[in-house]
Amino acid sequence: MSKTYYNEEDLGKFGEISEWQPELGKKFFDYYGSVFKPGALSAREKALIALAVSHAVQCPYCIDAYTKDCLTKGSDEEQMMEAIHVAAAIKSGAVLVHGVQMMNKAKKLSM
Amino acid sequence: MAVKEKIKSLKYRAHQLSDPKVQLEILSNTSENMVKTFAEKLTDDGLFPLKPVSIEVLQINVGYMCNQVCKHCHVDAGPDRKEIMTRETMLLCLDVLKNPAISTVDLTGGAPEMNPDFRWFVEEIYKLNKHIIVRSNLTIITANKKYNDLPQFFKKNEVEVVSSLPYFAARRTDAQRGEGVFEQSIKGLQMLNEVGYGKADSGLTLNLVHNPSGAFLPDDQNELEKIFKDKLSDGWGITFNSLFAITNLPVSRFLEHLFVREMYDDYLVELVNAYNPIAAASVMCRSMISVSWDGFLYDCDFNQMLKLKVQGKAQDLKSFDEKELLSRNIIVNQHCYGCTAGAGSSCGGTVA
Ligand code: SF4
Ligand code: SF4
Repeated sequence: MSKTYYNEEDLGKFGEISEWQPELGKKFFDYYGSVFKPGALSAREKALIALAVSHAVQCPYCIDAYTKDCLTKGSDEEQMMEAIHVAAAIKSGAVLVHGVQMMNKAKKLSM
Repeated sequence: MAVKEKIKSLKYRAHQLSDPKVQLEILSNTSENMVKTFAEKLTDDGLFPLKPVSIEVLQINVGYMCNQVCKHCHVDAGPDRKEIMTRETMLLCLDVLKNPAISTVDLTGGAPEMNPDFRWFVEEIYKLNKHIIVRSNLTIITANKKYNDLPQFFKKNEVEVVSSLPYFAARRTDAQRGEGVFEQSIKGLQMLNEVGYGKADSGLTLNLVHNPSGAFLPDDQNELEKIFKDKLSDGWGITFNSLFAITNLPVSRFLEHLFVREMYDDYLVELVNAYNPIAAASVMCRSMISVSWDGFLYDCDFNQMLKLKVQGKAQDLKSFDEKELLSRNIIVNQHCYGCTAGAGSSCGGTVA
């Protein structure tokens, strides 16, 4: 079997990070749990945001987890893909907006 | 990649999973992935052996024939299934129904409406003053002219209609239930709405069933109900009463689906991890008896498909004995984890 840096089973072991630092681990998971509770945003909306961010940070564990969460919470394929496009637009926008900086610098350097 | 549409039942295809013994063997051999068997889990919670508390509901499966061939069907129903309850067996049911303890008759299939004696049977049950539930798949209403007046027929007999609509959009509904099913289901719902079903103060109840279109558990029933209500009302002007979120149990065609997708182990582990003792105390088999097309008695429709008859001597309609049935031990196996995951699952949705 080929070896990879990422293992699907490791997602299920996420909780184990608390073993080597229980206090901070607990604080993190409590916080995480609270963030995803329905509040001003519904749990479904939060799952869609998480899905988009998962793609932006390119975390395969989060992508698996929030794909399932979105399906479970009643989002459809179109909504999920649109959420990813939002992430993609922001990412590409963030690259392109630096083009202005490049232009500024280039103008300064050139005659 | 799109999976090619299956158009035949497991039985027709002579698939090994059409044999309940094979299914039970698979279910019994999953223990390596589980810390405990379902029976052991119940023992921990003081619920083993699982005992009935009443026989409030008689769920009668009037036949495995159906106009649809859904991928997740635990009945393995389809147009090629010929098992149909006869009027003679229905008469035996009516005899049993004289028992005042049974308040509700839950008619299921297949598509129960395809049984030639269906309407006669409903009318006879109505005369006995029982609450009648029909599990109608919606597409049957438009499948043939002879079924177009089902909404009026249901209304006349004050039937509670419970219908499957896994999702409020075509893609996911059709992926599970077959091409074009969503569109026909919407038509069926509109026809039911037209005669008053699902309308406030009409007294005519229309409940929908959501079951996940894949190997995952349903989410919060109330949240999903809100989304379904908004979407169906905005998109098609449809109203309904309640949404029941039902977990797919690893039986028959859903079991096949899990194997095809190589998701069986993961799904079982998910069910086991989501075990909820409160749901376990309220499983539906504690208050019902399931009757098969050929008149045998089971703890539930799932046990019926696994051919696990009720424990004891009273195993068919002719020997129906309330006292003995109430003292029986309910037969459980690993598929039961589907009834106790999360908020639990029953024919009426969540239980905890
Ligand atoms: S799930 Fe219902 S509608 Fe679908 S094939 Fe089975 S019995 Fe028929
Ligand atoms: S599968 Fe049937 S016997 Fe098992 S818990 Fe569910 S209702 Fe009861």
